[in-house]
Amino acid sequence: MIALHLKKLPLTREVSLLILAYLYVPIFVLIAYSFNANRSATVWTEFSFAWYGRILANPSIQTAALNSIIVASIATVCATAIALLAALATYRPFYGQKMVEGGINLPLILPEIVTAVATLLLFMALGIKLGLLTVIVAHIGFCIPFAYLPIRARLNDLDKSLLEAANDLYANPWQVFRRVTLPLLWPAVLSGSVLAFVVSLDDFIMTFFVAGPGSTTLPVYIFSAIKAGVTPEINAISTLMLVISIVLVVLAFWLGQRGKQQ
Amino acid sequence: MSVSSTSPALNRALLLSPVVLTLLALIAIPLGIMGYISLLPRNVYGGVDWQANWQLQSYVQLFFQEGFDGELELNWVYAQALLRSVFQAGGTTLLCFLFGFPVALWMSSLTPRRRNLMVLLITIPFWTNLLIRNYAWLIILREHGWVAQSLNALFPQAGGITLLYNDFAVSVGLVYSFLPFMILPIYSTLEKLDWRLVEAAYDLGANRWHALKRIILPLSMPGVIAGALLVFVPSLGAFITPAILGGGKTLMIGNLIQQQFGTARNWPLGSSLSFLLLGILLLSLVLYALYSRSAAKTLRRGATV
Repeated sequence: MIALHLKKLPLTREVSLLILAYLYVPIFVLIAYSFNANRSATVWTEFSFAWYGRILANPSIQTAALNSIIVASIATVCATAIALLAALATYRPFYGQKMVEGGINLPLILPEIVTAVATLLLFMALGIKLGLLTVIVAHIGFCIPFAYLPIRARLNDLDKSLLEAANDLYANPWQVFRRVTLPLLWPAVLSGSVLAFVVSLDDFIMTFFVAGPGSTTLPVYIFSAIKAGVTPEINAISTLMLVISIVLVVLAFWLGQRGKQQ
Repeated sequence: MSVSSTSPALNRALLLSPVVLTLLALIAIPLGIMGYISLLPRNVYGGVDWQANWQLQSYVQLFFQEGFDGELELNWVYAQALLRSVFQAGGTTLLCFLFGFPVALWMSSLTPRRRNLMVLLITIPFWTNLLIRNYAWLIILREHGWVAQSLNALFPQAGGITLLYNDFAVSVGLVYSFLPFMILPIYSTLEKLDWRLVEAAYDLGANRWHALKRIILPLSMPGVIAGALLVFVPSLGAFITPAILGGGKTLMIGNLIQQQFGTARNWPLGSSLSFLLLGILLLSLVLYALYSRSAAKTLRRGATV
């Protein structure tokens, strides 16, 4: 083991702390402004929950929030199921494995604007009316890799002798899956589905293109509100979304760590 | 359940069919339709003339326009946006490296517990809403915000500094958005680095700067190149940052594509712009593949010498 002091290089600590500030100061500024009583939002007057009351009572925000939750829930369930099946098929080597895995990760590499436009053209060419359904279908596509990666990683680390033992004890493949594989995989399945949920909840570009008039989600609502100008209401709803994402991601991280320790 | 252990290939095909079908339906077929549309002329009402013959007009349009006498002349509008995108993405990549490398270096010198915490702290912004994070910069940089006001109070001779709706603001937003993609791959190569080599360099009288330049940096190159790819690709296709912080003046390819499907209603042109973007992306992926192959070769050679 190399002594830690050998790895220390001058200034890296200071630069790192500055970079952490760069990453977090904007988030805290936004949160702070959402509690500012003053409408002009440039001057701080006093602490207030007023804007949160306003947004909770705003019917178009309520509809957008409901749409976001519906889309994210359905897309997450479908994407996680598809990803789980795919991970079970790909963790043992086979001919074409690299191609399949590359395909699954494609949504992470392709620029979202291109995928979004292409998906819009698909719905147009098929004559499908844009609405909540088109948003859900489009979200399933890019949620799959986020659900797939943690499950796949967990399968890799899985103690294969447990599966063999179950086989030796005359469990059929379905019983092995139900009684051994799935319980061991469960933390990763949960962690992957939480990540898929967060990604779907936060998505803007894809939804912006494939949402119809009645199917606005929260990010799309926020975008059009930003275009109209900075308001304390946007600060409040943005803060709520940030907090939800952060809580969910920390939960996913914790689930992942727990899965590793088992 | 009729899952039999007799045919693993059939099992695998059954398990893979949902994901393959989804990928076909949501990526392959849509891209195919987009390719088809890019070869069709625009309809008078906006949209596409499905009955027309194939032509390359929408690709010609990217660089040329028809003059008054019907001859083609160079059209700089799209080329400019393309160049701006490439420069912005390149600059973002460079800045992310300059900021990200020291952070990755520092992280690798921490105790395992603190490393995990730092990984989480670097990852969290990535999982929060990109739109909202760019909006937060809009609040910080705007005209009557305290940053612009204090800068103008400090430098009154500059004659009113504006921080928003220019290339600077887009740059700040892009670096902010994609910095984690640079830090994490570099960190993961540094984590696996054999620090005994660095120790040997110190024993042989190298100072810290030499050890960094001759040992640490070359050995962390795979992480740096992977990070560069992960930052360059999304920066090039960025849409949200220029839309919010560029304010319609500093357009990038992503915004041009969106315009063709919004107000301009020129789907063939939007499709050909998308393929241009995909082309550049493919080129950088090929360069990356070539790099990693030659790097692997050097490593093997190093091992046998």
